[in-house]
Amino acid sequence: MAAQNFKHALFSAVVTLIISYPILGFNLVSEGISVQLEGADTFTLVGVFAAAVVVFLFQLFRDTIMGGLGKLPALNPMANRPPMPQRKRLKVESVLLTLMLIGALFWPFIASRGAVDLATLVLIYIMLALGLNVVVGLAGLLDLGYVAFYAVGAYSFALLSQYFGISFWFALPIGALLAALFGLVLGFPVLRLRGDYLAIVTLGFGEIIRILLNNMTNLTGGPNGIGGIPDPTLFGMEFGRRVKEEGNTSFHETFGIAYAGEHKVIFLYLIALVLAVITALVIRRLMRMPVGRAWEALREDEIAAKSLGLSRTAVKLSAFTIGAFFAGFAGTVFASKQGFISPESFVFLESAIILAIVVLGGMGSQMGVILAAIAVTILPELAREFSEYRMLIFGAAMVLMMVWRPQGLLPMRRIHIELKPQG
Amino acid sequence: MLEVKDLSMRFGGLLAVDQVSLDVKEHEIVAIIGPNGAGKTTVFNCMSGFYKPTGGKIVFEGQEIQGKPDYKISRLGLVRTFQHVRLFSKMTVVENLLVAQHRHLNTNLLSGILNTPNYREKERKSLDRAAYWLDRVGLTDMANREAGNLAYGQQRRLEIARCMVTEPKLLMLDEPAAGLNPAETKELNQLIISLKEDYNVSVVLIEHDMSLVMDISDRINVINQGRPLASGTPDEIRRNDDVIKAYLGEA
Repeated sequence: MAAQNFKHALFSAVVTLIISYPILGFNLVSEGISVQLEGADTFTLVGVFAAAVVVFLFQLFRDTIMGGLGKLPALNPMANRPPMPQRKRLKVESVLLTLMLIGALFWPFIASRGAVDLATLVLIYIMLALGLNVVVGLAGLLDLGYVAFYAVGAYSFALLSQYFGISFWFALPIGALLAALFGLVLGFPVLRLRGDYLAIVTLGFGEIIRILLNNMTNLTGGPNGIGGIPDPTLFGMEFGRRVKEEGNTSFHETFGIAYAGEHKVIFLYLIALVLAVITALVIRRLMRMPVGRAWEALREDEIAAKSLGLSRTAVKLSAFTIGAFFAGFAGTVFASKQGFISPESFVFLESAIILAIVVLGGMGSQMGVILAAIAVTILPELAREFSEYRMLIFGAAMVLMMVWRPQGLLPMRRIHIELKPQG
Repeated sequence: MLEVKDLSMRFGGLLAVDQVSLDVKEHEIVAIIGPNGAGKTTVFNCMSGFYKPTGGKIVFEGQEIQGKPDYKISRLGLVRTFQHVRLFSKMTVVENLLVAQHRHLNTNLLSGILNTPNYREKERKSLDRAAYWLDRVGLTDMANREAGNLAYGQQRRLEIARCMVTEPKLLMLDEPAAGLNPAETKELNQLIISLKEDYNVSVVLIEHDMSLVMDISDRINVINQGRPLASGTPDEIRRNDDVIKAYLGEA
């Protein structure tokens, strides 16, 4: 056992060296027109070897270390408390949620402009993650191309406003419905697939949409993107300094207050907040309805679900469609917030981040997903100085989460159903 | 009500089921028995639409159903259980029963999201039906447990309850007594008889437990190596020389 551990540790250390030495240990230096290979400075080399030693030691004492890690949650004073009774917990939860919502309503009037802007982004990610949660968490369909529907929502608003001058409020339902339509259409070919195969095909769809947007230069402007997407209006009142469209009035003039750039940011934040709350409520309702239960049944056992008369086609397509619908919502808000979109905003990394939010939060759990969306969006902003290491930290956090809490931050809890006693 | 005529199922070079015929009348319990690998479950899979039979006819209430998709067959009232229990194990016991009633709850999305009175009424009815069947199979106390955490015997009963809330006309049970102890088998015995007597459901079952089969079946079909060997009442089967040789064993 010990000998095998030692062998394994040695092997891991050598692999670390083989991988990191060529990448970090050499530099390409250009001298005139020729490029020369140079060894890195001593500090880097020492670092590479130190890393190998750390890997060696970790692998050698892995069982001890991981055993120690496993005991850590015991340090949490709340860990061993018995769970609250059902009724009390529901009350506490609803009070907490109401307070959070009220706080979120008034918060933008105190916070700085940048913070409100970031919060809008958080809300957009919450919408996306809640939508993907339907597809991945509830229906168990691993979708790696979810960002495609986000792109459809954003681009339908951008194109509609550019070619037909349609405003935000009309584009919002159109964008969501178009995204839903895409979800439905893309759902058909993948009906028979599950697991890894489904993941690969959806990944392909995500890329197809992005590459199409990139190459249909006539329509979408290609990599140059589309700019000048209008801001939302409040009953025909615009938030700019000057009114752009005839027939509209401006917000600050109507209310007789001085123009401030913050008004627009706050308004967008409030729109995103309302939409995110609607998204959460609608999906929460769906989860308690036959549709939601059918999604979960299909995830649990497809054969049993079919033997009870559930149509696999209908259930899978409804999950794809509804998930895509909310991505379209989020996409429209995103386009309006940015004022400019290009295919670069809809790369695979976005899909991966949204999926990471769902997994981190706990598959199927709405509260968990919302918390994870906040964490995953805000933490990188706080750690701006380490921006080069963002993905590294992100990856490390994922690994640690999977070791400690593979079920996610707040795993899904079953809904308690009270039955009438039988007389 | 159900008639299977010359059913054949071929997997490549293997003829798993060869010209099997059987019929089930209303208010009747019919058993299919035979040695392991005789093709009993294959017959079931053809009847429930999991396989598309390569030959023969299956007529249910005057309608040919061979080759129809499984979910459509079960909507006609022909519902089955599985040899290995197939519950939705991460969902609670009540939820398992509610999933099965999606057809009775056939309302559109909007009325559900808005929680209209009409929707609530339907939801209440299906909850009542679930409560009734939980009580019937003695699982009321387990209502909000995850189905996967139940004891094996309870899971078996839940699976039958889950079929019954769909209000089937014909119930197909694939080895319902497998893994049950003698006391549980006896309870199951009574449950199946009561399904027939009190709820007017016909039952087709595959079973190895001879005491169960002989006690409750009205008629028995014996299959051996994919071919029909004999059919008749339990008494006739008990005396049939071929059956004794192939299956029951000579004493």
